[in-house]
Amino acid sequence: MSNLAVSARVVRALGARSIRQTFRRPQLISPIVVFPTLLLAIQTGGAGAGIELPGFPPVQSFLQFMLAGSMMQAMMLAGNSGGIAFAVDIEMGFTDRLFAAPIPRFAIVLGRLAGTAALGLFASIWFFAIGLIFGAHIEGGVPGTLLSMALITASALAVGGIGAAIALRTGSASVVQGLFPLVLVVLFLSSAFFPQELMIEPAKTIAEYNPFSFIVEGVREPIIAGIDATQTLEAVAAIAGIVALGLILSARALRHRLRVG
Amino acid sequence: MEAATETLTARAPATPAWRTNLTTIGALIVRAKNELVRVPGAAIPGVLAPTIFFLGLNGVFGGLIHLSGFATDSYQSFIVPVSMLQGAGFTGAAAGVNLARDYEQGWVDRLLVSPAPRWVLLAGNVLAASARALIPATFVLTIAFVIGANWPGLDGLVICYLMVAAMAAVAACWGSMLALHYKSQSAAPLMQAGMMALVLLTPAYAPLELLQPWLEKVARINPVTHVVEAARQGFVGSVTWTDTWPGLLAVAGLLVVLGGLALREMRRTNA
Repeated sequence: MSNLAVSARVVRALGARSIRQTFRRPQLISPIVVFPTLLLAIQTGGAGAGIELPGFPPVQSFLQFMLAGSMMQAMMLAGNSGGIAFAVDIEMGFTDRLFAAPIPRFAIVLGRLAGTAALGLFASIWFFAIGLIFGAHIEGGVPGTLLSMALITASALAVGGIGAAIALRTGSASVVQGLFPLVLVVLFLSSAFFPQELMIEPAKTIAEYNPFSFIVEGVREPIIAGIDATQTLEAVAAIAGIVALGLILSARALRHRLRVG
Repeated sequence: MEAATETLTARAPATPAWRTNLTTIGALIVRAKNELVRVPGAAIPGVLAPTIFFLGLNGVFGGLIHLSGFATDSYQSFIVPVSMLQGAGFTGAAAGVNLARDYEQGWVDRLLVSPAPRWVLLAGNVLAASARALIPATFVLTIAFVIGANWPGLDGLVICYLMVAAMAAVAACWGSMLALHYKSQSAAPLMQAGMMALVLLTPAYAPLELLQPWLEKVARINPVTHVVEAARQGFVGSVTWTDTWPGLLAVAGLLVVLGGLALREMRRTNA
């Protein structure tokens, strides 16, 4: 069997394990599904009147506007949960056993990321289903839906890379878990929950340059208006930047882990 | 030998039960405080989460005050009591998680074989949560004042803190009930999500009249709406008895119901 085929099998097996692990542990799945769904309901019901504000982009409903934000939240928490589970594997010695196995090291990290990406895809399907059940229109139709799903899945892979790097570097689940508030900070300082033009300073200015704002706008546009090439490309560029950062950090952290054991 | 025992019994001053119970509750509160002093980092998430929510919601939804029907021009004043109550909810839920951890480590079993009544063991955990909830509340409030929240007046402040302490007790009863039922820290998300829903399914983000119809209906039957409005009154207007007593009644009712359920679970534990 060629090296590539072996790596693909390892990635597939570890990815499947990562998904099963998440669904078996309530503390890993609930941040991906329960909290974002709860916040979606609360924010839609509580701040829904905001669409009447002058300057709010034309939308069918606040739920339609919020779907992208909820997917982003679930995707980022999937990345965090993936990092926590990876750190637990390190703490329990499972990763050491994988390092000792005759498999490429990058496949170990990629397996975890494949699982995180699959959870991102699951989150996007979940929120599209909720949106459609509660009457949100998807203006971009099937192609728009698929594009948003692809962007969320790729973003989960990107964010998961940073979570994996921190897990490899620290080897501590509690440290990775401690990043949970940071996820909220990043989201609040982006246009995930409200149009950037209507936010108040300093959040407004920070959101303008936050790469996650570009991603959320790329995911949102097919839902509220239709596919827009410029916003899609900006989202792809932002994801590529985060992937590159995650890869660099993961590679360095992996080297560190192999050196210190 | 019997005579000697009788003499000793007669001479030993019997400690009244209420005093023993108070001492036990005090010891449990001190234990919770020691946890905080010895592992200060453990308190950071409980302080950080409501603060991030406060600053985040203020930055994101601050523009809502321009909607007609908003009774205040200061969103930070409108939202700060909600964040304080949210902090109380997180702290109370954390008391449940800690109880589940204590159960997993065998500490609860040791407490249960002690002669202390079950309600005393529960009260120690619940009152400790009430006291701990004042830390995130004070932190969030300080941040709110720094960014320009209105001074609620001394009476408004006292009522707000009372509601925070009472909500933490409610959340601790809820968390303890789940901890004793599931006997596992895995129930933590349920403890936190339950309290988050209870506090946020209220006029948390906007006045009742501006909520979407479904949330308005839920908020009108959610008893915590009265708690939010009682805690908020000083920040957005003046303090009145009309806005205060429903809040007091709501927390009392929640404490009776959830405290009763938690006590039932505690009595069932290892029965």
